[in-house]
Amino acid sequence: MLEWLLEPWSFAFMQHGLLAALLVGILCAVIGCYVVLRSMAFLGDALAHAILPGVAVAYLLQGNLTVGALVAAVAVAIGIGFFSREGTVKEDTAIGILFSAALSLGVALISSIRTSASDLTHILFGNVLGVSSGDLLFTALMAVGILGLVMLLYRPFLVISFDPVLAATLRLPGQFLRYLMLILLALTVVVSMQTVGVGLGAALLVTPAATAYLLTRRLARMMAISAVVGAVSSLIGMYLSYYTIIAPGAAIVLVATGFFLLAFAWKRVRG
Amino acid sequence: MAKLSPEVAEPARLELEAVSAGYTNVLALDSVSFEVPHGAQVAVVGPNGAGKSTLFKVLVGLLPIRAGQVFIHGQPLGAHTDCVAYVPQREEVDWRFPVTVRDVVMMGRYGKQGWFRRPNQADRDWVARSLDQMGIAALANRAIGDLSGGQQQRVFLARALAQEPHILLMDEPFTGVDASTQEATLSLLEELKSRHVTVMVSTHDLTMAAQRFERVLLLNHRLVAYGAPADVFKPENLRQAFSGQFLTLEGQGAVVVDECCPPGEEHLHDHTGQGGEHA
Repeated sequence: MLEWLLEPWSFAFMQHGLLAALLVGILCAVIGCYVVLRSMAFLGDALAHAILPGVAVAYLLQGNLTVGALVAAVAVAIGIGFFSREGTVKEDTAIGILFSAALSLGVALISSIRTSASDLTHILFGNVLGVSSGDLLFTALMAVGILGLVMLLYRPFLVISFDPVLAATLRLPGQFLRYLMLILLALTVVVSMQTVGVGLGAALLVTPAATAYLLTRRLARMMAISAVVGAVSSLIGMYLSYYTIIAPGAAIVLVATGFFLLAFAWKRVRG
Repeated sequence: MAKLSPEVAEPARLELEAVSAGYTNVLALDSVSFEVPHGAQVAVVGPNGAGKSTLFKVLVGLLPIRAGQVFIHGQPLGAHTDCVAYVPQREEVDWRFPVTVRDVVMMGRYGKQGWFRRPNQADRDWVARSLDQMGIAALANRAIGDLSGGQQQRVFLARALAQEPHILLMDEPFTGVDASTQEATLSLLEELKSRHVTVMVSTHDLTMAAQRFERVLLLNHRLVAYGAPADVFKPENLRQAFSGQFLTLEGQGAVVVDECCPPGEEHLHDHTGQGGEHA
């Protein structure tokens, strides 16, 4: 049994993969709490898809794919904030327009690239088993930075999410904080690209947080539970992937979905 | 940033000079001017959509001013970050948000704490006292979504207390709550009077406005009348403010037919005897 548990981690690529998956699982789970509470699930999904043209352009220019994704994600996040400012266009409409435009642009660019483009498949579905030490360092730095900011700004983020009127009374810079939250979300999506790809990015954002929401009525506790669900899903998903032929990204998302269904059933049974 | 306590020589007060504001081209507030002295309690009345909520949103800085000026303690709006508290209408809050009663009341202390300082004993004492005063200490650890409407309102009143405001704005605190919450709200007003907190309360209940407030502000986009209830609740003022909803009854004063409920469950509020001679 012990051998069965330890065997996967005798490989360096599995160690790297697990560490990356744990970091991404926790990061997405914590940011995901705001995604769920602020009803931004659609936005998270949109951002995940919107990074496609950035990646494609970076690929064409033979630049760094992560940098391309980052630029595209931040551009789309700011674009959504811009179009929906002062209610000119409703936010979900702005998201819908920019998301499909970016996705189309990405597909157009990719279809013009005449290679087998296995890198691009990895971008769509993740490549957690191909995480280099450099990738791992980048993921770790981003995760620590983003989580640090979320903890530091816990109180302002809580107030603008729960009670925008109080935020205004307290003269919090609401616009700035909303943009900042969007940018942190965009960065999180980019970081998760390597583990689960753009196709499944939204699942890691939403599923653990939604699970935690069913189990507690306090934000700090919700973040903690969500992080545990995210981390455990990553761990079990990696085992599942090692001992079966399921792709790691899909395995992780399926395990997280299992946790959500359990929590949902528990909530229903308890009334 | 100047933080004046209510005790300093310049009295705590609120002045509006020809203030206009609104979301669209139609002004919700049209050149409204008035002054509230230190520690006064004002009932704001007027028909639905008369700009009562807009007025409050302007005062907390939630809505930009199109024209005119607002002064608090003689300084322009925004010079004081922590002296205006606002009790929102219950529909404006996301009740499914995972916060407890204590969490919400502690938010009232955020203005004093800034972005980063952790709550200290003084903050915790204020929260405990405020919860106690509104009679919801026993609910402190409950999720706000599990409370009744009246209890939810008390949570927001407790939060407003914890803010130690100089000016407190309450949007429709008497609508859709049980009698004991109405009573708790009224005794809170008494308490605030002894603390010299300036209070503005919007309400549909003209009887309550006439009986419980020393000043009434009658609003219908423009300021119709402002002063003692007896001077404000005159048939010509009411007719001007409520136009179509105003009926004159022979020999019995007047009736204002005012909608206080969402369309569909409409019921009529009869406020008889609002003529000056009765109030």
